[in-house]
Amino acid sequence: MNPRILYNIFVRDFRKQKKRMLLTVTAIAWGTIAILLLLAFGEGLKQQMSKNRKGLGDGIVIVWGGRTTKLFEGLGQGRRIRFTEEDMKYLKRRMPELKHVAGEYVSWGVNYKYGDKIFSERLTGVYPCYEDIRSHYPEAGGRFINNIDIDKKRRVIFLGGVIKEKLFGDEDPVGKQIKLNSVPFTVIGVMKDKIQMGMYNGPDENVGSIPATTFSALYGNRFFNHIIYQPYEFDNMEGIEKRLFEVMGARYKFDPTDEQALSIWDVVASAREMNNIMLGIQIFLGLIGGMSLLIAGVGVANIMYVSIKERTREIGVKMALGAKKSYILIQFLIESILIVGVGGATGMSVSYILTEGFKRIPIESDAINFMGRPTVSFEIGLIVIAILGVVGFIAGIFPAMKAASVNPVESLRYE
Amino acid sequence: MIEMSGVRKKYNTGNVTFEALRGIDLKIGANEFIGIMGPSGSGKSTLMNILGCLDIPSDGNYLLEGINVRDLSSNDLAEVRNKKVGFVFQAFNLLPYATAFENVEVPLLFAGMKGKQRKKRVLDLLAQVGLTDKVNNRPTEMSGGEMQRTAIARALANKPNLILADEPTGNLDSKSGGDIISLFDQLWKDGHTIILITHDQNIGNHCQRLIKLKDGKIYNGNGVPAV
Repeated sequence: MNPRILYNIFVRDFRKQKKRMLLTVTAIAWGTIAILLLLAFGEGLKQQMSKNRKGLGDGIVIVWGGRTTKLFEGLGQGRRIRFTEEDMKYLKRRMPELKHVAGEYVSWGVNYKYGDKIFSERLTGVYPCYEDIRSHYPEAGGRFINNIDIDKKRRVIFLGGVIKEKLFGDEDPVGKQIKLNSVPFTVIGVMKDKIQMGMYNGPDENVGSIPATTFSALYGNRFFNHIIYQPYEFDNMEGIEKRLFEVMGARYKFDPTDEQALSIWDVVASAREMNNIMLGIQIFLGLIGGMSLLIAGVGVANIMYVSIKERTREIGVKMALGAKKSYILIQFLIESILIVGVGGATGMSVSYILTEGFKRIPIESDAINFMGRPTVSFEIGLIVIAILGVVGFIAGIFPAMKAASVNPVESLRYE
Repeated sequence: MIEMSGVRKKYNTGNVTFEALRGIDLKIGANEFIGIMGPSGSGKSTLMNILGCLDIPSDGNYLLEGINVRDLSSNDLAEVRNKKVGFVFQAFNLLPYATAFENVEVPLLFAGMKGKQRKKRVLDLLAQVGLTDKVNNRPTEMSGGEMQRTAIARALANKPNLILADEPTGNLDSKSGGDIISLFDQLWKDGHTIILITHDQNIGNHCQRLIKLKDGKIYNGNGVPAV
């Protein structure tokens, strides 16, 4: 079929039933906007979630010591298993699949004092890799704890945003001295604000971090509160966890199947679960959007039925001139897909403009920080196009089948 | 060319059966000019539809160029209509949104003719019916005679042997009607077989052979030349 004739038919139909056609195209556009915005909203939420999750750290596992519950090689139950600095070095040697292994000391109440401000807050002793694996990024002008700090057991402190606020207000704290339980420390940096979805002990903005070596020297801690590790590859987290139990089990003589000996929080597995939940939410949102598109599809089918009824003679003439049934079928199918296509393209453009516009609105609020902004991804575009195609096909196939079954003799009877 | 024996056509409307054709026996040779006359309801159009393979007989046999249409599938029938038969209607039945060129092009598109060749063929056809200057006009911009000539050009598109015309002059003034009949004369001289339904006795007399129908039966010219 000549595409120009097809276009002319479309234009003619459009003129002939302008209002109805306009409503139908609008309905399709509306449905497309609905499904696209809902999916974009879901995508924005998903992206924001994964961004927020990075507040705690990406691809890390947190391990706490525990108590044995199984008898092993003549040793009893209930022995405490805890991590020391030696264990940390040992794990680094024995488990080359780990990129980082770092212990953390925690003290729950330390006196922070600067000038006349004094209060009690949490303090942790950590290693330089925390900057990356636990997202302790410094604000401009400051830095995080480094290896020299660790080696020399320097009395330096990296502050969470809330603590900085409480001690210094608007003052620049870097290079200033504060006192922790009366021991002077130099502030080397302040943590950049971040959204932190997962946490243990409390939010990172409410804590001060000092070098782990300084911490143990000052407070005498022998055992880490917990250790954190990050492997090079994330596809075998369970295998790595098993290895950890084996290595630690051999070192401390506990049964490597004793699940209580160490307790583990695998952030990667939680992230995977969260992703599945998000996928579920997206499918749900897509279904809602799909419903409104389906209703618009009914409108298209309706207008096609009307159009065919008005054009039975034309169909009869074409059959007399040698059109096969399949040809008539395809012609009307293309027409309905064209209507859906025009509506869909309109809807997609509008949605794109809306989401782009929304991205540019310079408001910052907790809601947006948590929910994210609607984002149209390439996959969403493809999904919507596929759904539009299905709707166009279904809305067209039944009217088209009716058109193809027109009896030419009946339709050509002269009135 | 055409052989009909015992052709009957029944229509079922609800529980009433109506028999439009009640046993037609007819032989038409190549390059004949046939007129079909008869009162309303005599079965002229039904006969025409069967001759043009738009409809198939309920009973009896119809052989078009030796092929029994009862053996053909709906796609085969479409192909026969496309290649072997040219239809001309009283109401012209042009596509209203398409130009003369596009209307004539339709059967060629169905036949799958390639672009360049198709364009040349359409222009040749329109020249043949004297519409070279109306190529890009739509039906609304043409007179009745011009519309019917476009329709004839369209009927000739795939060089069919058989031209079927159902009251082709019924909607035209006598001058345009006369032009159309001369066009048919020319086509007849070119070797086409022409079958023409008419109410006009003058046109009937003009034909080489006249078949009269009444109550679904032929009552003269039973396969034998009448004039």
